[in-house]
Amino acid sequence: MTKKRTGVFVCHCGNNIAATVDVKRLAEEMTDEETVVYSQDYVYMCSDPGQNSVIQAIKDNQLDSVVVSCCSPNLHEKTFRDNAERAGISGFTCEIANIREQCAWVHKNREEATEKAIKISRSAIRRVAHNKALDPIAVPVTRRVMVIGGGIAGIQAALDVANAGLEVILVEKLATIGGHMLQLSETFPTLDCSQCILSPKMVEVSRHPNIKLMTYSEVQDVSGSVGNFRVKVLQKPTYVDPEACKLCDDCVQVCPVVVPNEHDLGLTARRAIHIPFAQAIPASYTLDVDACLGLNPIRCGKCKDVCEAGAINYDMQPRTVFEEVGAIIVATGFDLYGQENLGEYGAGKVEDVLDGLQFERLCSASGATKGHVLRPSDHKVPKEVVFIQCVGSRDPAQHCAYCSKICCMYTAKHARLYKHHVPDGRAYVFYIDIRSGGKGYEEFVQRTMEDDETIYLRGRVSKLHRTRDGKVRVLGTDTLTGQNVEIDADMVVLALAMQPSKGTEQAAKVLKIGRDKDGFLAEAHPKLKPVESVTAGIYLAGAAQGPKDIPETVSQASAAACKVLALLSQDTLSHAPTVAKVRESHCTGCEMCVDACPYQAIRLLNGKAVVNEVLCEGCGTCAGTCVRAAIDVKNVTQLQIHAMISAIMGG
Amino acid sequence: MSNPSQTTATAPTAPQEHEPRIVAFQCKWCTSAGSDLAGVSRIQYPANAVPIQVMCSGMVSPMYVLSAFNKGADGVLVSGCHPGDCHYMKGNFFARRKLYLVQKLLQFIGLESDRFRMSWISAAEGTKYAQVISDFVRDMKALGPQRKLKAKR
Repeated sequence: MTKKRTGVFVCHCGNNIAATVDVKRLAEEMTDEETVVYSQDYVYMCSDPGQNSVIQAIKDNQLDSVVVSCCSPNLHEKTFRDNAERAGISGFTCEIANIREQCAWVHKNREEATEKAIKISRSAIRRVAHNKALDPIAVPVTRRVMVIGGGIAGIQAALDVANAGLEVILVEKLATIGGHMLQLSETFPTLDCSQCILSPKMVEVSRHPNIKLMTYSEVQDVSGSVGNFRVKVLQKPTYVDPEACKLCDDCVQVCPVVVPNEHDLGLTARRAIHIPFAQAIPASYTLDVDACLGLNPIRCGKCKDVCEAGAINYDMQPRTVFEEVGAIIVATGFDLYGQENLGEYGAGKVEDVLDGLQFERLCSASGATKGHVLRPSDHKVPKEVVFIQCVGSRDPAQHCAYCSKICCMYTAKHARLYKHHVPDGRAYVFYIDIRSGGKGYEEFVQRTMEDDETIYLRGRVSKLHRTRDGKVRVLGTDTLTGQNVEIDADMVVLALAMQPSKGTEQAAKVLKIGRDKDGFLAEAHPKLKPVESVTAGIYLAGAAQGPKDIPETVSQASAAACKVLALLSQDTLSHAPTVAKVRESHCTGCEMCVDACPYQAIRLLNGKAVVNEVLCEGCGTCAGTCVRAAIDVKNVTQLQIHAMISAIMGG
Repeated sequence: MSNPSQTTATAPTAPQEHEPRIVAFQCKWCTSAGSDLAGVSRIQYPANAVPIQVMCSGMVSPMYVLSAFNKGADGVLVSGCHPGDCHYMKGNFFARRKLYLVQKLLQFIGLESDRFRMSWISAAEGTKYAQVISDFVRDMKALGPQRKLKAKR
């Protein structure tokens, strides 16, 4: 092998690295390494002059490999690999030595930090000495997109992608699209009707030639990778043929089974056969098989008898559909933090203590009380209503540590809606802080306080209980006056924390994408990649990624759509060539790697393991398993790791 | 077997206290990202552990662990995603199963079992990363230099 010509580039990162690490000494000592023929340091290596100096140095010194000692490879590995390409050498001969996040920022002692930075850089140099110039593997792209979740995020993303001419499959777990937004009565800060702005979009989805809508369906399995996913979707039977159904409602009239209506959060009841709400898309009835007496004409069969259109079919079976898509947008939304977790607020067992979504259904014209604010227990108009903010949020000791972001605004909206419905009523809001960042938001809260005379009390409610005269006694404190407050309220509304929905948890598992400490879907970078998941080709939108309001959700959905369009605008995608490679001479065909591979990328051919480079993700589980060291991941070979260990141990 | 006179090989600035040398194999997706988070959060921890980023804890061959001890490491850490959260779905299960045996082997040949550790640190656990390293360094200081597996030169 001819001698390697490695260049080392040490970045000061302003003072971020240079303050703790002696960068001059680092650059100098690296020239001791046998393969290093060039070494320099610069104040901002990622700046334009810095990058140009890298390119120039590669050309001038005929470098064939590069080590940049700088920040985390997550930030600038691509930058410097691109530079290597521009200088005419393979990007895969460039490696990053992370001396900022993993060294300069976490140590104070200059001597120790410099020593560690030297070891890190040396190990990168030894590694890069064995790096091969690789060419990305070109993979054809499936120009179809799957959107999981049919709330406002999923609807927006699906429409954006479909309008750009790509085929979209929109998968929704429930029988209709619309999500939580459809349960809202009005939206802040404009108080425009939620249904009025969402329903047209839902209709557009149902009529769009590029959108294939799969409601009552769940994603069960995903295989493949960016550009070529294969998704297994289970379509549950609704037992009603949507094409034949005339929406006459005759079946509902005869159905003997009454269960709580989930769309109204249990405030109303529905039959086993039902339409979620009048504007449901697809406009069709669904037979809830769990509630139904048994899909058996001998036991009941009333709905089938009465259906003149013959739309009801008890023999409908679940269908498993496989869809090939190039990218996936996950928009699985949120659930409210369960009231049962809140013992201090009655654990959901105290009557007339509602959650925010239930109150929305009370205010909604299509809701439980046809838009009249009546308390559920006796259908009287509540004259005193207490709204409690931060229920479950901002409580690291017992509940969720994070701020749910939208509750300040929707509580203000609730208070106003209530005052508009019951002008002589009194609304109290218990709050910790008012967080009303957003266009027109602060003014909205101010109007709630001033125009609608809502009484804001800064403090928490310690507990509440039902009194004998049918009121809910709320015991709290007003920390501004330092006094205890006791209110006999007719109704209490809890602004419960937002948490990732059950579907989000399930989707994360199926798609193998990460979740953060609170269970929300993890974005690839908190600032620079807020809509990408850590898995290439899978994007995030809406409250599944973190608490957010409607405008933000719509923005993120459009952003995700934009990323998908950029991805799928190419004819082929490049797959990282750092994949597993078998040394045939050492392979005994024991099949340990075949069993270990998470991607079924290895199979046995003529008694030797063979890697499918398109399927291989380069995790190296095979390399760690092989007892004969016959398989290696390119550019992270065992030889390289041993060389790195030597470098670190001063060998 | 052990010979104290041989420890002079590489000890750059050795005052009274032993400065342990630790090799930390950390997976790219969780632990390495977690250590990046520790950096971004400026959480301070001792500089004794030098990270080697691997794609997945599942790719850490037992040979790496032995090689590090052979070259004089006082401690070896392998850290990956939490079980069930592996970026590659199941790599860390392989790691756990395999490295558990490595630990048993090291015990069997008489190395203090504390010198080899596994941990699961997610990308969100910068604090935990700093804690794991700090604890490891503290314990290795207490144990003193590792001579059992170190090559005699």
